[in-house]
Amino acid sequence: MSNAQLEIQLIASLVAVACAIPGTFLVLRKMAMISDAISHSILPGIVVGFFITQDLNSPLLILLAALTGIITVVLVEYIQKTGLVKEDTAIGLVFPAMFSIGVILIAKNANDVHLDVDAVLLGELAFAPFDRLLIAGTDVGPKSLWVVGTILLITITLLILFFKELKISTFDKGLAASLGFSPAIIHYGLMSVSSITTVGAFDAVGAILVVALMIAPAAAAYLLTTDLKKMLGLAIGFGIFSAIFGYWVAHWLDASIAGSITTVLGLVFLLVYLFAPSKGIIAVMYREKQQRTEVSLLTFLLHLKNHDDIEERHVNHLNEHINWQKVRAKTVLDLAKKNNMIHIKDNIVSLTKKGDEFTSKAIDYIITNEDAQIEDMKDDFFLFRG
Amino acid sequence: MYTNKTLKVINLIEYIELVFTDYTLRTITLGTTILGAVTGMLGSFAVLRKQSLLGDAISHAALPGIAIAFLITGAKDSNTLLIGALISGLIGTFWIRGIVTKTHLKSDTALGLILSLFFGFGMLLLTFIQKQPNANQAGLDKYLFGQAATLVESDVWLMAIVTGICFIVMLTFWKEFKILLFDADYAQTLGFNTKFIDILITTFIVLAIVLGLQTVGVVLMSAMLLAPAAAARQWTNSLSVMVLLAAIFGALSGVFGTAISASQDNLSTGPVIVLVAGVFVVFSFIFSPSRGLLFKQIRFIKNRRDLELHKTLAFMHHIAETHEDISHPHAVKLLNNFQGYTRSTLQKLVDKNYVQLHGNMWSLTKTGFEVASNLYTKQSTEDE
Repeated sequence: MSNAQLEIQLIASLVAVACAIPGTFLVLRKMAMISDAISHSILPGIVVGFFITQDLNSPLLILLAALTGIITVVLVEYIQKTGLVKEDTAIGLVFPAMFSIGVILIAKNANDVHLDVDAVLLGELAFAPFDRLLIAGTDVGPKSLWVVGTILLITITLLILFFKELKISTFDKGLAASLGFSPAIIHYGLMSVSSITTVGAFDAVGAILVVALMIAPAAAAYLLTTDLKKMLGLAIGFGIFSAIFGYWVAHWLDASIAGSITTVLGLVFLLVYLFAPSKGIIAVMYREKQQRTEVSLLTFLLHLKNHDDIEERHVNHLNEHINWQKVRAKTVLDLAKKNNMIHIKDNIVSLTKKGDEFTSKAIDYIITNEDAQIEDMKDDFFLFRG
Repeated sequence: MYTNKTLKVINLIEYIELVFTDYTLRTITLGTTILGAVTGMLGSFAVLRKQSLLGDAISHAALPGIAIAFLITGAKDSNTLLIGALISGLIGTFWIRGIVTKTHLKSDTALGLILSLFFGFGMLLLTFIQKQPNANQAGLDKYLFGQAATLVESDVWLMAIVTGICFIVMLTFWKEFKILLFDADYAQTLGFNTKFIDILITTFIVLAIVLGLQTVGVVLMSAMLLAPAAAARQWTNSLSVMVLLAAIFGALSGVFGTAISASQDNLSTGPVIVLVAGVFVVFSFIFSPSRGLLFKQIRFIKNRRDLELHKTLAFMHHIAETHEDISHPHAVKLLNNFQGYTRSTLQKLVDKNYVQLHGNMWSLTKTGFEVASNLYTKQSTEDE
């Protein structure tokens, strides 16, 4: 592994961490699309900044572009406040307009600007190590490493200083306001950090990867935990993993590093989406099936309790009466038998003592409108779940 | 922006003549107009269904489809590529729906995820294709930002046909679309297959987006969908009028956008069309009679004026009460210390025949006194 390769992976990992931290809060605050809007609308800021500074890594350019990002947020909120359109429409109106202005600015000044829209959207991480920062003639590493590192340092400092405020204002705005933290300051603080991170990272990894790095690790982490600190940790972990693994995939395919990191992020999210223990799609579908069977079982038991006549409790009659398909009726019957709720004699189904007790309790809960209690009761009674 | 020829248009009439005589210009103008109309029409549904950003996500999600279609067929036939885009756009849309309905992630997260992940994957494929030894691959990246100049007649025909189908389907299912839009539960209880209608609308939105990729590109497509609809929304509360207006705004954005970009060097058509549509939005936001910011502000000022008028009248009434003759004249000076009094309010009171002016003296008329005393009793009963 050459020095340049190591530097690329280091930059990618730092960007991943710098994005994952604000990204987690954006996802929790249901503002993920704002990051997309910011990443597009910084373009005019970058172009104007570039006219002034002629250097893509200059701090002034980063500040100018970040300011454009904040202007976008303010504009979106202003349009939203007029009530003329919904928030999502406001986002969708503002950023393409800003982006168009940027594209036109670049096209109009194509001779003076060595800026490529593709490069802004996609970045070129592979070239990052060639742009070195020289201090007093000595080479101290790639410029983007310093830029991203500084941004990360600021982000982490702010995170540690304002963790409590961020946490409270994210989960309970009202409480935060009554405790005296201004939700507006936290909000704009977070927006500023997101803007600065986006701008600082776009040069290395491009605007789209910034969006992916902000949202995907946080979304995957959110499916695995509900603890904020764990979620932050997981998001950072996913980010770094995808950055490094993605680099090697790109190396192997000889394709865009940003695209490859995003693809790895996509695979990570897909895996979590499918297999997350309690919130993954498979777990959710399994639980839905289980609940359907258990509700059927309860209906079945209630029916049994309601009818004492022998013909009402005949297996064939039950099939007709409750009008279930054969397979489902069998599943429910088997489940009831496994749990010792019923016994079948001469094709006549009757409740066992345990089944009777369970059903009576369930009726009580249903009558007193405490259906939720039935879920807890299931743990006491069921040996096997649906 | 023209790659093949540069047009220097000097005046409007010449330009209009050129639109009809010049092949390229005519094709592009027709293409962008049809595109604007169809996206405006379908965009109305997206905006009203609160799926504004879906367009953004879908257009980005279409990119890997284009790349894969190219990898499989090896040809740059735009119809094949668009089918690829359509399929991957639909996969993206349904994955978004899966994330929103099956997990606790919210729709904004789902949209952002699909948007960035599909786009990144598409870029991976595009860069991978670029490294392949295949001379045919150049020009795939026009789908990123769109190049209206590459439109040919067959593309415009395709657009026209899709727009036609879209229009017929919309007319056929108008009632269903409308009821699903405003009360999905009610539609379901009436026995409509809401899932089918929902998929139908979504598919057409995806189709319109995919059609526009070649012209305005992935990034700006969402604005084509939203802007005409958001502008049209300001002028009406009726769905049919809104759809019609959105189609007109979209078409006009196409016409003007193409004209502006053709009359200047180095102006890409896509961004200009988006900015023209943006102008429509800003204009509608400000000047719409019922919802617009300008008239809202005017109404606000008018209400405040009325309030001040009442205040002045009440104050006058207060003074006049102390005299037996209610029309006893008083000096205008008396009012000077009263906040809310201006010369124009006094003039207004005179116009309304509540007050009579004699030089520097004013006096309440009978009607004025009655109105004022009613005003007063109403206020006092409200206070108690």
